Amino acid sequence: MIQALNISKSFGDNQVLKDITVKFEKGKTNLIIGQSGSGKTVLMKCLVGLYEVDEGHVYFDERDFSAMSFKERKKIRQEIGMLFQGGALFDSLNVEENIMFPLTMFTNQSLEEKIERVNFCLEWVNLENANKLYPAELSGGMTKRVAIARAISLNPEYLFCDEPNSGLDPHTSGVIDDLISRITEEFQITTIVNTHDMNSVIKIGDTISFIYKGQLWWEGDKTQILDTDNKELNEFVFDTELTKRLKKSKIH
Amino acid sequence: MLSRFGKYILLMIQVIRKPEKGSVYRKQLITEIQSLGIESLGIVAIISLFMGAVVAIQTSYNIDNPLIPASTIGFTVRQSVILEFAPTIISLILAGKVGSRIASEIGTMRVTEQIDALEIMGVNPANFLIFPKVTAAMIINPVLIILSMYFGLIGGWLVAVITDLYTVNDYVYGIRAWFDGYIILYALTKTVVFAFLITSISGFEGFIVKGGAVEVGAASTRAVVWSSIMIILFNLILTQLLLS
Ligand SMILES: Nc1ncnc2c1ncn2[C@@H]1O[C@H](COP(=O)(O)OP(=O)(O)OP(=O)(O)O)[C@@H](O)[C@H]1O
Ligand SMILES: [Mg+2]
Repeated sequence: MIQALNISKSFGDNQVLKDITVKFEKGKTNLIIGQSGSGKTVLMKCLVGLYEVDEGHVYFDERDFSAMSFKERKKIRQEIGMLFQGGALFDSLNVEENIMFPLTMFTNQSLEEKIERVNFCLEWVNLENANKLYPAELSGGMTKRVAIARAISLNPEYLFCDEPNSGLDPHTSGVIDDLISRITEEFQITTIVNTHDMNSVIKIGDTISFIYKGQLWWEGDKTQILDTDNKELNEFVFDTELTKRLKKSKIH
Repeated sequence: MLSRFGKYILLMIQVIRKPEKGSVYRKQLITEIQSLGIESLGIVAIISLFMGAVVAIQTSYNIDNPLIPASTIGFTVRQSVILEFAPTIISLILAGKVGSRIASEIGTMRVTEQIDALEIMGVNPANFLIFPKVTAAMIINPVLIILSMYFGLIGGWLVAVITDLYTVNDYVYGIRAWFDGYIILYALTKTVVFAFLITSISGFEGFIVKGGAVEVGAASTRAVVWSSIMIILFNLILTQLLLS
């Protein structure tokens, strides 16, 4: 479980996050949704400590992450897997070496053990036999899947995904969503996903936090979101022509 | 500019630490020595050879007074190659070659979030990415500079062999005359300092990139410009300190 208590963050005069208190549960896929520029990425980067919060605290299972030193954070960092928007694979290393990297840095496993783990992770993301490919040789969807494999290689307790399906076609997008929610359930981890893709929202949103202009505007889950009467959320959810028509047909 | 200098110092405090894992560091070090050193061998050899030859020819044309012995040519080549040409000029060339590569490599890792990825994993990215490059250059550059001295002297010797400006005997006598080993020490000290400047400044420029491909390009230019300026500045300071 991850908890943010009253966190605020500004860049110069631009206050991006305003007093956000939110809780993300274990074994569930917790979504953060909101328009482009609403502060989703900043919130996620504050949670993992890539940005320091100006005010407030972040707790990883009762451990006050914001008050920790670099050394103390290191332990928690090894329990975190993160999927970046662009994948962020190390492009000097091939797929196998990418996934092996956290194992090499933080465990004393033998090469055989590491390769076994790599293959296990690659199997999870349906990429057997991609071991020797380099990041430049992968498609967008494959890159995301390898990044997921790398994120889970150290058996994380917490998984962060920043827009896992941006730039992917609807089908591949769905595959990635399934993968994330299956991993979350199977390994009972706390997963947080940033997205503005409504397909993902209604498919995998165990809990949903809607961020509007840097504030937490609405909380609920995938069943509640379609029936809400929150004006700003409705505008966000029923923004496309398709969803508007669907809503009309539902009302009639 | 002052705040940049402050940021540079703060980053160096992160860089100069014990690496996370010895075995990984040693592997990186060897790779870096290969790419920083071995790949620069050719250019260093060629430039040094020509440098030595040019200094020799220039000196011989400028000495037309019969009272000055021909061995002065060898002496001049030796002093100028060892004191300045090898350590300073070659370091400037390496600043161009190595500096731009380091800045664009690390800058690209920054804009593609690879540095964030390292940090999330609990790796100190500054130490992990920059420290092996700094140490590799401090090890391999002195070797390159010694080779450069050697090739510079060969350059002057080749002139004697090919032309009849002066004789091989005079030249060899000249490069052996009044030799003080301290100048080698002086040259290598400079080289090590320059190696640190080149790699740390370029690493810094890459590390702080914000934006995209354009900014990476700008950072790599800045890396070369700043390392060159700092080499020249420190050349002056070190010469004052070490030779006065
Ligand atoms: N490093 C930074 N420095 C200054 N301002 C920043 C920085 N990062 C983000 N911002 C600002 O914070 C605001 C929120 O940005 P953020 O990236 O969190 O949006 P987002 O909700 O993730 O949008 P998107 O869906 O497009 O990814 C923006 O106004 C942006 O300009
Ligand atoms: Mg974002």
